[in-house]
Amino acid sequence: MSSNDDGTGSADADGPAETVEYVSGTGVPVRGNDIDTDQIIPARYLKAVTFEGLGQFAFFDLRYDDEDNEKEHPFNEDRFRDASVLVANANFGCGSSREHAPQALMRWGIDAVVGESFAEIFAGNCLALGVPTVTADHESINALQQWVDDNPDGEIDVDVAAETLRYGDNEMSVSVDEAQRRALVEGEWDTTALMKANAGAVRETAGSLPYVTDDHLPEASD
Amino acid sequence: MSEGTLYDKVWDRHKVTTLPTGQDQLFVGLHLIHEVTSPQAFGMLREREMEVAYPKLTYATVDHIVPTADQSRPYGDDAAERMMSELEENVRDAGIEFADPSTGDQGIVHVVGPEQGLTQPGKTIVCGDSHTSTHGAFGALAFGIGTSQIRDVLATGCVAMEKSDVRRIEVTGELGDGVEAKDVILQIIRKLGTDGGVGYVYEYGGDAVESLGMEGRMSICNMSIEGGARAGYVNPDETTFEWLGDTEAFRDDPDEFERLKPYWESVASDGDAEYDDVVTIDGDALEPMVTWGTTPGQGVGISEPIPAPEDLPADKQDTARRAQDHMRVEPGETMQGYQVDVAFLGSCTNARLPDLRRGAQVVRGREVHEDVRALVVPGSQHVQRAAEEEGLADTFREAGFEWRNAGCSMCLGMNEDQLEGDEASASSSNRNFVGRQGSKDGRTVLMSPVMVAAAAVRGEVTDVRDLETLEEAEA
Repeated sequence: MSSNDDGTGSADADGPAETVEYVSGTGVPVRGNDIDTDQIIPARYLKAVTFEGLGQFAFFDLRYDDEDNEKEHPFNEDRFRDASVLVANANFGCGSSREHAPQALMRWGIDAVVGESFAEIFAGNCLALGVPTVTADHESINALQQWVDDNPDGEIDVDVAAETLRYGDNEMSVSVDEAQRRALVEGEWDTTALMKANAGAVRETAGSLPYVTDDHLPEASD
Repeated sequence: MSEGTLYDKVWDRHKVTTLPTGQDQLFVGLHLIHEVTSPQAFGMLREREMEVAYPKLTYATVDHIVPTADQSRPYGDDAAERMMSELEENVRDAGIEFADPSTGDQGIVHVVGPEQGLTQPGKTIVCGDSHTSTHGAFGALAFGIGTSQIRDVLATGCVAMEKSDVRRIEVTGELGDGVEAKDVILQIIRKLGTDGGVGYVYEYGGDAVESLGMEGRMSICNMSIEGGARAGYVNPDETTFEWLGDTEAFRDDPDEFERLKPYWESVASDGDAEYDDVVTIDGDALEPMVTWGTTPGQGVGISEPIPAPEDLPADKQDTARRAQDHMRVEPGETMQGYQVDVAFLGSCTNARLPDLRRGAQVVRGREVHEDVRALVVPGSQHVQRAAEEEGLADTFREAGFEWRNAGCSMCLGMNEDQLEGDEASASSSNRNFVGRQGSKDGRTVLMSPVMVAAAAVRGEVTDVRDLETLEEAEA
């Protein structure tokens, strides 16, 4: 059921960062405001020491009943199975800070999320995976969701750099947070490498803080 | 942009540089880790052949998966045992201090940090848990982060972040009898919305907040994230300093306390600080709050009617309909009399000693309703011991509560403490999302600890103030 659960491809956080200037693919609409991370990935699937295999558990309790029978959910529909652009409504990803949520979506096959608004930790977690979170107003999102329903094979082009989104004959402007846009477009979303390069300055900042004592600082090796 | 606020001052002191993305690289003064969100980060670190940069500014405990009944090893749940073993190995290899259950210091990470004196004004604190905002009660800047950011902090001692706006939330007046910190934050979230805080950190102040003890301030800051705010804080004052002086870190080291105090004082917001937004909440008008829905913003005062979806703003109607369907509540009625099967007094929001004291006060001499399964789960082993010494544990046990060991327990249900089927729960925890507390059909009603105690006794959602009246009438 998972179309890309190996964590490879453009959205692999473990390698050096690639540029994510645009994302193209078919869409999947997930309607409703305040879809929290407990719904995106239920807590019981957090009992694992790696993120591998999480794709199959995306929206699990919304997709399966107690007997594991499929319920009505866009992630269960064949026509959306290869989708890579999730179209959500307002306050998507609220609640727990679990990175398992965007990991599950990414490993199911989602490369970009378009919505009315996102919870901040969720958006930050998506960025760390190279998955853009793109916003547009309520009417535009509704229209896009309707279009995706009618055109499950229709291509959506999310231009992160230009902040536009094209589908069918339509083009709409979307918003990408400025820091996120630069990080994705310039391939600087792998903040570990970026910040590691400033180790000397970090030590200096640490040393200037009254509550950080010499005992707290590691031996100077870098 | 804000100026002269605690947020600005602490941010500036910890800013290393501005990254090419425009984000700031912020030094992290305390990195708290637990078993659920850190193993993947340690894995990423190993793949990159990196080491933990600041192990002595990192502190670990186990809370989400730890059993609260039988804690003998190996744990009965294989997955929990694996997570525990992985954490043990990671902290040992990196030389990170670990409050495991055998130390007597273990507990929910947001209870343990403050009681160990690790949580201090003017620190930046992060943890892979959204309720890290709790530590803001001390005037720290505390953020929940994801696992890739945990990797960042482990590898570099820093997080990359964008600065938020600051909203001052002024809670005026005096809280009435039976009205608690939990009611303040539930009212704030109801008023401003679960996404009202997106783009902001919240500074809580005003007489009603400043007159609270540290535990109440922690309850408020804890749920900042339920209001969409990235962090929340209260300016440090004498209450804060007094509390800190009594922690393990400073009790035996008054010199260190005196050395740090000027810094703590200096980070408080200036009298003429500028805020991006100011909101006032009337504390005098508050009554005990309960939720009727499936987000923390869907709350009402105990005597207020549950709203009709069509009376809510257009973008809230659909969620409200689904929530009322799930919770099986009717608009126009109050939540009083809503039957509960479970009463849970615990979680990082409300499992501290004063919470337990007030809960015990309500149940003392009473019995848990025969149809209710009631649990008290202290937030830490320290709280547990103190409550046992004070006789609170006996009070709860005599009333028919189960007295458990420290952990997150039934808040999110990653251990054996879970709702079953469509059970309804009166809960002092922070989230009433569908699927929370371990059952996707379960129903969670959020409320303060005294309201949980009242619900346990009555078997239904009850105005705790009525119970007190009843007590007087019976006396």
